Amino acid sequence: MRKQGLQIAGFAAVVAAIQLMAHVTGNPYHLTQLTMSAYYSLVVLGLCILTGYAGQISIGHAGFFAIGGYLSALLTTYNLSAHGGPIVSVLAAMGILTRRPDLYGGELLTVHPWPACIFAVLTAVAIAYAIGGPVLKLKGHYLAMATLGFGIIVYRIVLGTELVGSADGIYDVPAFPLLPGIAVSGKSSLRVMNYYVAWGFVILGMVFLLNLVRSRVGRALASIHGAEDAAEAMGIPTARYKLKIFVVSAAFAAVAGVLLTHYNGGIGPSESSVMKSVRYLAIVAIGGMANLWGTLLMSLLLNYLSLRGYFGTYDDAVFGVILILIMLFAPGGLLRRDLLEEVKGVFRGNGEKAS
Amino acid sequence: MNIELFLQYVVAGITYGTIYGIVAIGFNIIYNTTGIINFAQGEFVMLGGMAAVTFSRFLPLPAAILVAVLVTTAIGALIEILFIRWLHRPSVLRMIVITIGLSILIREVALHIWGESVRALPYFTGTSVTSFRLGGVYISPQVLWVVGISTVVVASLGGFFRYTLLGMQMRACAANRDAARLCGISAKNMVTFSFMLSAAIGALGGCIVSPITYVQYDSGVPLAIKGFTVAILGGLGNSLASAGAGMLLGILEAFSISLLPAAYKDAISVAILLVILFARPSGLFGSTEVTRLKEF
Amino acid sequence: MRGKSGVIIGIMALALFLGAGAQAAEPIRVGAILAVTGPASFLGGPEARTLEMLAEEVNAKGGINGHKVELFIMDSEGKPEKAVSFAKQLIEEKKVLAILGPSQSGETMQIKGIAEEGKTILLSCAAAEVIVNPVAKWVFKTPQKDSDAILWIFGQMKKMKISKIGFLSGNDGFGQAGKGQVEKLAPENGITILASDVYDKAASDLTAEVTKLKAAGAEAILNWSIVPAQSIVIKNARQIGFKGPIFQSHGFGNIKYVEAAGEAAEGVIFPAGRLLVVDVLPDSHPQKAILVKYKNEYEKKYKEDASTFGGHAWDAFMILAKAIEKAGSTDKEKVRDAIENLKGFVGTGGVFNFSAADHNGLGHDAFELQTVKKGKFALYGK
Repeated sequence: MRKQGLQIAGFAAVVAAIQLMAHVTGNPYHLTQLTMSAYYSLVVLGLCILTGYAGQISIGHAGFFAIGGYLSALLTTYNLSAHGGPIVSVLAAMGILTRRPDLYGGELLTVHPWPACIFAVLTAVAIAYAIGGPVLKLKGHYLAMATLGFGIIVYRIVLGTELVGSADGIYDVPAFPLLPGIAVSGKSSLRVMNYYVAWGFVILGMVFLLNLVRSRVGRALASIHGAEDAAEAMGIPTARYKLKIFVVSAAFAAVAGVLLTHYNGGIGPSESSVMKSVRYLAIVAIGGMANLWGTLLMSLLLNYLSLRGYFGTYDDAVFGVILILIMLFAPGGLLRRDLLEEVKGVFRGNGEKAS
Repeated sequence: MNIELFLQYVVAGITYGTIYGIVAIGFNIIYNTTGIINFAQGEFVMLGGMAAVTFSRFLPLPAAILVAVLVTTAIGALIEILFIRWLHRPSVLRMIVITIGLSILIREVALHIWGESVRALPYFTGTSVTSFRLGGVYISPQVLWVVGISTVVVASLGGFFRYTLLGMQMRACAANRDAARLCGISAKNMVTFSFMLSAAIGALGGCIVSPITYVQYDSGVPLAIKGFTVAILGGLGNSLASAGAGMLLGILEAFSISLLPAAYKDAISVAILLVILFARPSGLFGSTEVTRLKEF
Repeated sequence: MRGKSGVIIGIMALALFLGAGAQAAEPIRVGAILAVTGPASFLGGPEARTLEMLAEEVNAKGGINGHKVELFIMDSEGKPEKAVSFAKQLIEEKKVLAILGPSQSGETMQIKGIAEEGKTILLSCAAAEVIVNPVAKWVFKTPQKDSDAILWIFGQMKKMKISKIGFLSGNDGFGQAGKGQVEKLAPENGITILASDVYDKAASDLTAEVTKLKAAGAEAILNWSIVPAQSIVIKNARQIGFKGPIFQSHGFGNIKYVEAAGEAAEGVIFPAGRLLVVDVLPDSHPQKAILVKYKNEYEKKYKEDASTFGGHAWDAFMILAKAIEKAGSTDKEKVRDAIENLKGFVGTGGVFNFSAADHNGLGHDAFELQTVKKGKFALYGK
């Protein structure tokens, strides 16, 4: 527990240090890409638990991200002023709706971001529950394909539906006022605040997941990953645990989707594409599969570089190559525990493998 | 819907279904010999088409296609030797991820070689406007080429596996790898051959269909998904069933646009895939017991 | 006296020289967000190449008002979230005077708010009407109006006594915008849409869709998209024996689409900018000179045919350059005002006349009705 607290504190210090450094060197704009990386990291962390710890491969997690993001975007941009009627009045009376001016001086009546967010995440969770059961019964290739299929269906639905903007997505998504004074928004004046908000979410997520891993559930997951039949024989309700973890990871992805959409002010179908899902998987792989911290660090690094455009037109290729190299040479990931211990041992100089 | 419209849809469905079937057969060949699902299968189709277009600039069409198929076959072998051969009993997860990575890599290389533009081979006979009437239905001659060549491929494949030594060796490997090795069959070489064969078939498919549609550096991805759907639909490992399942999927897709907006057409195949995976993973023609026994 | 005036002149000259020298050191920063790779690369590729060519040319001549142009081209890969990230980068970090592009309507809409907030000029190369309607202060676009294109098409249909059509469109912003306009303008022009469908912009076979249109009894097919699938529509339509005329949008303006469709492209009718038929324009036409120059230079440098898409980027860059010249400064507000007051600017898309209410500047005459003869673009009916 203490060690975990130290790790979290250390990480928080790093986050603050980066911000101060950016401020001091006069490059505060880098915070934008770092903030976006933070939200993508939420997805990756959830996937890490599912694929790394519980061993259930998912190549469709971008689908949950999209469900969260699109639903929230739709609800907060769909103008209800044109529709009268009892439902709208009831919603307005309940305080769920909000008015705001649009870009051209007109007025929009939409759902307030908070109820929209809750609705979006709950929907994603419900869908995860619904499909998790049948999907997780599958194994190996079939499981991979089923999750891939799920991601593709979400992609096709958003691509083909005019209501959510078809191929162009939804734009003009408003800021998300989390608490009075704190809003998730892309405005440059709120850049520093948003940076801390985003990484705050990540730290919260990490605390939750670290506790999960160290708890009974976590140990059960490790046993499921190791040998599912043996675990089942020991009386662990594997199906139930797998489903729980699947739902948790879906929730993480959906929350990330909602927040990033409000931060960017929009969302497009490319967020639910197969390439995005593959990217998340690649980061989990290079981060060490069952290594939350490793995955987080790698996500920070890779997403930041990609968003800054460092990979140029080879963006997708980079992640593809990473996947291949990792899987060929280091299937347990680069930042594996035992690999790190070996390296430490070398430096210790006595050739002893640390226990 | 009158009979003509119905038949026109059927013809459209058969054209595409045949290609899906070819991709599925490619999946099956590799799967049978190695237990690996090759996510990069669609890329073989794309490579065949793109390479043929490039070669058709200096060679007559049949030669261009032949060379393209050979080149893709060589690439298939290369992939196997470089990436797969030396892995020792890799886990399923590892193989899935490696082949996904390979598919991305091939795509990006294709993008940087050929650029983003779309290309198409010239029609084998006739042009983009010739078509002849068959009982009220218009059929482009290319459709006959597609169906004809595919049938020849499926038939030859059947004959290959049944009557040639190499074919029988591959089947032995598929049935029981260790026993085959005890008989002196080099399992490693069989794996390489299966990749080469899959690549060749995929490439040929890419060549024959490219006049009707076009090939682009990322045409491989949707084909792989649909090919996999068809492979599962027919029962993983069963090539003949793949051909039939391919037709079925193609026709379902063609008819779907009378009900849904065309933009959802590609979602149909995925929906079918999910339904099959949930309800009957052994596929329409597969055996449930055998599927349960298969190791994943 | 002469000596003194000589010294004064000398000092003035020195001051001017130093001032000019100091000024010439300050480059004009211009950003561009284009879909150079990815699904919209047939738009972004030519656009990026055109911009690079123009920047080189302008800088070789010493820049605009003595300032060299520093061009930052960022590849959005057709992804809106990349466009958003790059827009913020360009505005906040690189502090650009203006952003040229993006290539697609969807991406433009995503960064419209960012440009407004950042008070940076946005000269979009995307065509959707919503980009400039309603008008936003800092946002302009260079492609022609969809509604004008549609009126040309409907006008021709009336001449051919066609009143029942089948309509297909792509599921992207361009297709959707076109669909909206077509459905709006059809009734008042006496056109009935018997059957319509929206296809995925990456579709590879549209036989079933055109079959549906033919079965409904369409006299002509109108296809509204900017993606390669538009070639497939033509191919499939002819293959199922559809004999009526096929109309395309101005998204057909690239010879590659004609090549991809092969013989099926013969006789397709579409409105487009005059770049495609510049060879048959009379020398007296105001656009001829710049069209010939652009076409020759582009084709010589990049060994590929010039397209109307690259032309939109040409217009964006040159409009900006002209506005900077006229404003005599690189102050954002002044340049923006200069653009808004630009009249009679001869571009590849047409002759631009901007105003506070019109941030597109092109009208009905920006188009010429064109067709395909023997695999090449030709003026229709001449």
